[in-house]
Amino acid sequence: MNAGATKPASAAAPPRPAASVEDAPHIAGAAETAAGTGAGVPAGPTPTTPPAIDITGLTVRYGQVTALEAFDLQVARGETVALLGPSGSGKSTVLKAVAGFLRPTAGRVRLTGRDVTHEAPNKRGIGVVVQNYALFPHMRVADNVAFGLRARRVPRAETARRVAEALEMVGMAGYARRYPRELSGGQQQRVAIARALAIRPPVLLLDEPLSALDAALRADLLGELQRLRADLPDVAIMYVTHDQTEALALADRIAVMRDARLVDLDATDRLYRRPPSEFTAAFLGAANLIPAQVVRDCADGAGDAQARVGALTVPADPARAFRAGETAMLVARPHTLGIEAAGADGTLPATLTGSQWRGATYRLTCLLDEPSGVEVRCDVATMDGVPALGQPVGIRLPADPCVLVPTGTQR
Amino acid sequence: MTATATVAAPAPNPDPPSTAPKPGRPHAQKFVNSLWILPPLLLVGGFFLYPLALVVKQSFIAKDGTVGLGVWRETVDSPQFTDALWHTVKIAVLSTAGCLVLGFFLAVVLAFVPFPGARLVSRLVDTILAFPSFLIALAFTFLYGTAGVVNAMADELGAGQPLVGFLYSPWCVIFAEVTFYTPFVMRPLLAAFALVPRDRLQVAASLGAGPWRVVTRILLPEAVPALAAGGSLTLLLTLNEFGIVLFIGAKDVTTLPMLVHAKGAVTFDYPGACVVAVVEVALSLALYGLYRFVFSRTGAARAGVVA
Repeated sequence: MNAGATKPASAAAPPRPAASVEDAPHIAGAAETAAGTGAGVPAGPTPTTPPAIDITGLTVRYGQVTALEAFDLQVARGETVALLGPSGSGKSTVLKAVAGFLRPTAGRVRLTGRDVTHEAPNKRGIGVVVQNYALFPHMRVADNVAFGLRARRVPRAETARRVAEALEMVGMAGYARRYPRELSGGQQQRVAIARALAIRPPVLLLDEPLSALDAALRADLLGELQRLRADLPDVAIMYVTHDQTEALALADRIAVMRDARLVDLDATDRLYRRPPSEFTAAFLGAANLIPAQVVRDCADGAGDAQARVGALTVPADPARAFRAGETAMLVARPHTLGIEAAGADGTLPATLTGSQWRGATYRLTCLLDEPSGVEVRCDVATMDGVPALGQPVGIRLPADPCVLVPTGTQR
Repeated sequence: MTATATVAAPAPNPDPPSTAPKPGRPHAQKFVNSLWILPPLLLVGGFFLYPLALVVKQSFIAKDGTVGLGVWRETVDSPQFTDALWHTVKIAVLSTAGCLVLGFFLAVVLAFVPFPGARLVSRLVDTILAFPSFLIALAFTFLYGTAGVVNAMADELGAGQPLVGFLYSPWCVIFAEVTFYTPFVMRPLLAAFALVPRDRLQVAASLGAGPWRVVTRILLPEAVPALAAGGSLTLLLTLNEFGIVLFIGAKDVTTLPMLVHAKGAVTFDYPGACVVAVVEVALSLALYGLYRFVFSRTGAARAGVVA
């Protein structure tokens, strides 16, 4: 599994024609992604090895309702791509179309180069794990795991061996004779994963697999999935979730979706550290978006870019080219902000309006004096020295330049 | 404190609250409550148990007034009775089997194969449950009778003699009963299928199972309680079916209800009719017992069947 502080970038997505319009999704190509992280590149498609999953122009409509619009994505062998987005953004629709559970209105789905757009689900050879486990209640655990192998007429001895292997892999070897109803939610999900893996699929689709579990179990199983990922170096995984923690922990790349469209696609750490749009900045990591004015013309990633926030001029890291005077948004994560006494040098004047204890940290809410009415959230380890609610404070921006994203891409 | 000290103590209430329990009252209340059982008991006793008891009593009294097992011996030993019993069981079992197969197929189609008008068809199924059974027989006569629609059309096309001639055979009775009673199997099945998560079927398909395997290995086991409940009910109803058999008027097809009718209303053999009626009731009660047993054991209540 590639989870960790630094994630290797994927070479899965080939470079696409650059879209210059602001609303166009930011889709990082292989070279860009690798350069962005400076990390190694896992096995990906080369001119001779097609992507494990290749989705082009996928559109799904139900009458007048568009569930998915012109969706493009390539996932390399051994790569994990998380589809992240709010409810109704179309991420599960992508998964269902890839699995063959619904027929797309337009577009193509290819699995390792084979066009499966109109193929039945049972011909695609994909492993699918869903939120509610979907175990067969009348079958024992071993029979559940063996179901796919029996459907493929795998010889009995081989089936038994692979069932044992799959159950061993998810730590459920001792539960083969149990019925699903005799297992906890976490155990049932482990069995569901074993069942999907038993057929040794080149592609594994996980549709919010941890959503039905409580917080402690979710954390446990997330660790299991990370370990499992390391054991499956050749399997391409598409992981649908609305939980950014899961996406950050598991994915090599994240595809951010909204309103049936792909908004941004990039390597996980790069998307987190340098979000290209307001929406991604807010959705992935709940960043503060502070309206600012660009001081001078600057190019994407220009080192000398500056932005003015209220009376303060700060260095910025532009996510695209900006013109002098243009309004943009400074992206500042809550944990990177500091709270100081009102009037301290180099701070933004604000009023403390709320505090919330979160165990390890306190989440403070402040209203900026200028631009007025802008709410900023700030995480601090202690309340020592923090003024009382309703009192003026100074908000210190991080020492590193904040990412500057165009406005109007949140909606 | 002063204020507290000056507050007057409440005057003692000379009459205890009327809700206070009185000695002996619970028994009186119990007696009054138990009177509520009388109306239903009188109804069941007067309109069902008493006539039934008279039928049982009559079955032991011969036409000449002799009391004994003579009528039973004479009736049960008759080839007419054996024939009717055989036909009753055969028609009921075959009709039920037909209902189970057709009902399962139609319920699967209605529940899992999306097509325009599926909801309308589902409502029509409910409507059939409200029809009297003889209407089906009447419709069959119009359709498949010698001068029915099918034969008339065949004649128009130059087929010459009646093309369809099964109307007066036992198969037509079975066909009609299957047509009428299939909704009785479909209704609990549709309720059961509504509870099957679609994810389960989709995952089964993704694992490589074709439609047939998904239906037989995933859906069928889920449907067993509903099939058992619907099947038991259908068997019970087809065993007692009278209207369809009478209206079809199939040649040489006499069932137990028909025999009761013939003995009671045609040959005026009341004691013989009572014997057949008692056998019919015993058979129905035994089957009803089986139905309840199956229902409670298989948890068909969860499948949406009203017991």
